[in-house]
Amino acid sequence: MATLSPTVAVKYPQTRHGGGSGAPPTHGNGGGDGRGANGSPDYGERLRRARLGLVVGLTPVIMMFVSFTSAYIVRKGLPTVDPRTNSYVHDWLSVNIPWGLLLVNTVILLISSVTMELARRQITRQAALAPVSSIPGVSLGEEKTFPWLGVTVVLGLGFLIGQWMAWQELAARGFYLATSASSSFVYLLTGMHAIHLAGGILALLFAAATSLLRKPVEGRRIVVDITAWYWHFMALLWIYIFALIEIAR
Amino acid sequence: MASTEIIHAHAAPQGFIRKYIFSLDHKVIGLQYYFLALIAVFVGMGLSLLMRIHLIWPNANLPIFGAIKPETYLMFLTMHGTIMVFFVLTTAPQGGFGNYFLPIQIGAPDMAFPTLNMLSFWTTFVAFVVLVAAFFVGAPLHGWTGYAPLSAVPSAGPGEGLGADLWITSIAIFCAASLMGALNFITTVLDMRAKGMTMMRMPLTCWAWFITAILGLLAFGVLLAAGILLLMDRNLGTSFFVPGGLNFTGQTSFPTGGFSSSTDLIKHNGGSPLLWQHLFWFFGHPEVYIAILPGMGVASQLLSTFSRKPIFGYRAMVYAMLGIGILGFVVWGHHMFMSGMSPYTAFAFSIMTMAIGVPSAIKTFNWLGTLYQGRVRFHTPMLFAIGFVSLFVSGGLSGPFLAQPVLDIPLHDTYFVVGHFHLIMGVAAIFGIFAATYYWFPKMFGRMMSEGLGRWHFFLTLLGTYAIFMPMHYLGLAGQTRRYSEFTQVAYQTKLIPLQTFITYAAIVTISAQFIFLFNLFWSMAKGKKATDNPWEATTLEWTTATPPPHDNFGGRTPVVSHGPYEYSVPGAARDFVMQNDPATTPAH
Repeated sequence: MATLSPTVAVKYPQTRHGGGSGAPPTHGNGGGDGRGANGSPDYGERLRRARLGLVVGLTPVIMMFVSFTSAYIVRKGLPTVDPRTNSYVHDWLSVNIPWGLLLVNTVILLISSVTMELARRQITRQAALAPVSSIPGVSLGEEKTFPWLGVTVVLGLGFLIGQWMAWQELAARGFYLATSASSSFVYLLTGMHAIHLAGGILALLFAAATSLLRKPVEGRRIVVDITAWYWHFMALLWIYIFALIEIAR
Repeated sequence: MASTEIIHAHAAPQGFIRKYIFSLDHKVIGLQYYFLALIAVFVGMGLSLLMRIHLIWPNANLPIFGAIKPETYLMFLTMHGTIMVFFVLTTAPQGGFGNYFLPIQIGAPDMAFPTLNMLSFWTTFVAFVVLVAAFFVGAPLHGWTGYAPLSAVPSAGPGEGLGADLWITSIAIFCAASLMGALNFITTVLDMRAKGMTMMRMPLTCWAWFITAILGLLAFGVLLAAGILLLMDRNLGTSFFVPGGLNFTGQTSFPTGGFSSSTDLIKHNGGSPLLWQHLFWFFGHPEVYIAILPGMGVASQLLSTFSRKPIFGYRAMVYAMLGIGILGFVVWGHHMFMSGMSPYTAFAFSIMTMAIGVPSAIKTFNWLGTLYQGRVRFHTPMLFAIGFVSLFVSGGLSGPFLAQPVLDIPLHDTYFVVGHFHLIMGVAAIFGIFAATYYWFPKMFGRMMSEGLGRWHFFLTLLGTYAIFMPMHYLGLAGQTRRYSEFTQVAYQTKLIPLQTFITYAAIVTISAQFIFLFNLFWSMAKGKKATDNPWEATTLEWTTATPPPHDNFGGRTPVVSHGPYEYSVPGAARDFVMQNDPATTPAH
């Protein structure tokens, strides 16, 4: 049974009672087990559960970056002992970040967020039409499929390469990981973000791999859908980190 | 019993490996967690025995270990704390019983994400293996709290090299495992409840596991962040926690190995050891509640069941647990009164800490209210539940003392604190685990545990733990310092050795009593009396299904819930209890 999400834009009339998902999940009444009444996999239910899981799962990511941020702010304002003079000094060294390069990276990441969204909507449409097109003799005509997922992966890799170039540039300017507390934090924040984004790329590659294995499109759609929301979150997180290391430097 | 047909999401596995090793079944995973914790608790207990023996016979030659050196004592201390806190108190109540019984109690066929659940256990297992590996390369000295700069500088002492790397890696892996588990618990509770199982009809055990999972979700991310920073300080030359100007050169406090004239210290500049403490205790204090909240849930469940009375103040119990959970996040500073803190900050933390006494007292009085005029059945699980309340009160009452900076400063580094946290976080939580074991054993293994052995185990353990930890309060007031490996050097400390000797003997007796439990556990699995589906005449959903529960928990049916979890002695009902899935026509509420 194809339960449609509220964001889907379908021109065809819905064949099942899959609508009505505009209402938020009714937690008070409990849930089922991911299967419809007839025993077929209920992808709508699984999608809802996966989205809930994603929201819950992003909480520790937020907590982690909140921890890094508070450590950053505290360390920035903290007078520390200078062993040479044996007195308390402010030793915070402003990092001269290559903000032009980072701005380009930001634009790449934002574009990838758009292509990710297009990929999400594309696969949502495919999943919605899957029950119809699986009926023998029914054809929906040739649908244009632009590889938005592939574009997103390429842009994501492009962002990571851009970040690597930014680290090279930082090093060229004399800011290594252990140069000062400020440069440690810049590498830490950008590095942790890059690791998280790489996880998103792996999820997209996993979705692409399952498409080669001819798994049902509805299952792949769930992977793409939650990775899309994760991806948007990573874009927001990057803007936050960029603002933090630029403004509070 | 009203039901609707369902088909389970994943088929019952056939092969041994899929069934018992890499199982997706929450019940198997729960047992895996439980037995991992059982192994861990005996390792941790063995270490405590070695420490107790060393404290009163510092020159004794022990088998295998020989004469224990001071740094060996500190290694035991570190490993004992780490194993007990992470792999016993966090693993057994939440990962073990929570995994096994949360889905059944809310009427779900499994956890929300079974694969993630399996990954969570095996990640925990890897973390345990990595931690145990630290034994073989020399375990770190820095205690389970891992204070920097001792934990951040590889040359700071024996065991602080590879051993400390393994220790912090193990903690980081454990964080990832716990986050996966917490994610699963929260999603399951929010999304998988059976029809009619509203939040306010959930058993208090489920509320406890749910709130514990929320605490874990918020706390372990912070510990993971701190662990990453610590690993960077240790291996990548950053200076988050290592201050400049540290000079260990020329000081050889340790007879063997010890400090080298380290050049890596000179490279560090201007980190803050306090930063580690803030991050660690922001995790560390909620961790205390992660350990104790499931025990509170179990105690509530059992006191109601065996008193044949509804729990006194169900909603108050839920709100009290939520209150404890929320307050648990704003009190971490009370661990740091001795570390240098503005008196105003300390005052705020002090007030917040004492405020936790309010929800704790609500819970205690509700437990007593549940017992009051109940027709109490003193089965072994009930004895341990009452023991839990007793230990919670005894351990909790020293909390408001330590919450005040003016009292904490003289008491903090003494045995008073050791007595306090062992009673409330250690033994009380362990009593929750024991209570849960005796209570759910019939459902898990289809047989009853021996009541006679259970009683011996209970009374020896209760008296034994009080004999161990109560005198520690006096030792602390008398100024006996904690973390010292022996008390032979200082005159006023030497005078306290007789009391320490008494504690060691009490510890030997108590530890011996645990083998009664171990025997009872395994003997009853094979030879215990066959259990019926509902031997305790309890009301929650796990007692409505077969014993042990089938792969999908309810044998192809999903329960429909019409009642609250603790409807005992309902006026007008045929029996003295109403099952949660009894039809709604029975007079209720």
